[in-house]
Amino acid sequence: MRWQIPLLIVLIGGVFMAVQYFVPLEFSERIYEYCVDWVIIVGVFAMGLGLWSLFRVSVGKIQTKAQGWGYNFITLGGLFGMILLGLFSGIEEGKQFMNLFWYIYTPIQSSMFALLAFYVASAAYRAFRARTLVSTILLLTAVVIMLRLIPLGPVSGLNQTVASWILTVPNMAAKRAIAMGIGLGGIATALKVVLGIERSYMGKE
Amino acid sequence: MGTGEILWNGLALFLTLSIFSILYKDNPFYKIAEHLVVGVSAGYFAIILYYNSFIPKVWVPVVHESKFLYILPTILGVLMWTRFSRKWSWVSRYPIAAYMGIGMGVAIPVTMQAYILVPLYATMQPIGFTSMALFNNLLVAAGVLCALVYFFFSKEHTGAFGGVAKVGIWTLMVGFGAGFGLTVMGRVSLLIERFTFMRDYLQKLFGF
Repeated sequence: MRWQIPLLIVLIGGVFMAVQYFVPLEFSERIYEYCVDWVIIVGVFAMGLGLWSLFRVSVGKIQTKAQGWGYNFITLGGLFGMILLGLFSGIEEGKQFMNLFWYIYTPIQSSMFALLAFYVASAAYRAFRARTLVSTILLLTAVVIMLRLIPLGPVSGLNQTVASWILTVPNMAAKRAIAMGIGLGGIATALKVVLGIERSYMGKE
Repeated sequence: MGTGEILWNGLALFLTLSIFSILYKDNPFYKIAEHLVVGVSAGYFAIILYYNSFIPKVWVPVVHESKFLYILPTILGVLMWTRFSRKWSWVSRYPIAAYMGIGMGVAIPVTMQAYILVPLYATMQPIGFTSMALFNNLLVAAGVLCALVYFFFSKEHTGAFGGVAKVGIWTLMVGFGAGFGLTVMGRVSLLIERFTFMRDYLQKLFGF
């Protein structure tokens, strides 16, 4: 009841959805759409679980006065501010909900990703050493690609040609090989889940 | 610029500088921005999910269109919340099982198509030495083959097989180098965008 039926649901759901992909019937496609809706609906309720978890962690830190507990008021303020504005003022462009998105969420996210430019440059300076042939290949490729858009005088044209060739030939080959590896790994993992070999997502007894 | 625009952009400027302040050291301004984005992003995605998924997939079909088949996944969704109870948390395995079963079943053929068949089709192009395009096709095909040989660990990488695997490593290194270069350029673009925003805002505010 606690293990067998969920595993049976995974097996039946997995086999059915995999097989129906190859059945070109309208009935099959309707069942497919209905099942995909199931996934979306369960996901909506799972989001509630995540929100509750965030609320509980933040309130817990405030109650226990953990280190930096005062910042959790800001988290809760942001969370409830967005939810209340979204529910009561709507989410159309120009509403306060979208203003919070454009003037709080977007600049912070952009700045956080932009910060990585500093960290990547710092890490590359310390780690990049042309000690072996493979590390030299990696270093040279990275340099050529990074200089692709920068004016280099008479060698700009040549650098752009080389960078373009790198991106469309050897880089393409590497990306395709990696994609195939990811694909095979993904299918193997999915089969393990469907066949009940991989069960860690169900938690412990 | 109107007052509202000045205030909103001023807030965005303050938050941008707060995030960049971590480059000096950890400080309260960074922590404020960090905690704010956690709450705001969670609230944002919850509301987006509510309007784009809950309303059209649950509320409208069940309440307005009387499609009672949708009650079943809704009940499953509600069962997810049994995770809050120690006694009944095992019930949440049912919706998780439905989610995983359907998700994995959909993923198998789609992954096969997108990650294996499409790259294979794209690689199997006419090859030759008579033009640069044909020669490049040959290089791509050879590169993919060599990189795949490198990933094949069931046979020891020695002799001719090891030589092919070595070419595979070189190909992969070019791929990683290009990936690194593109990532850095992407981050630098974001950085330039942030600085451009700050410059434009201050120019408009002070009129210089």
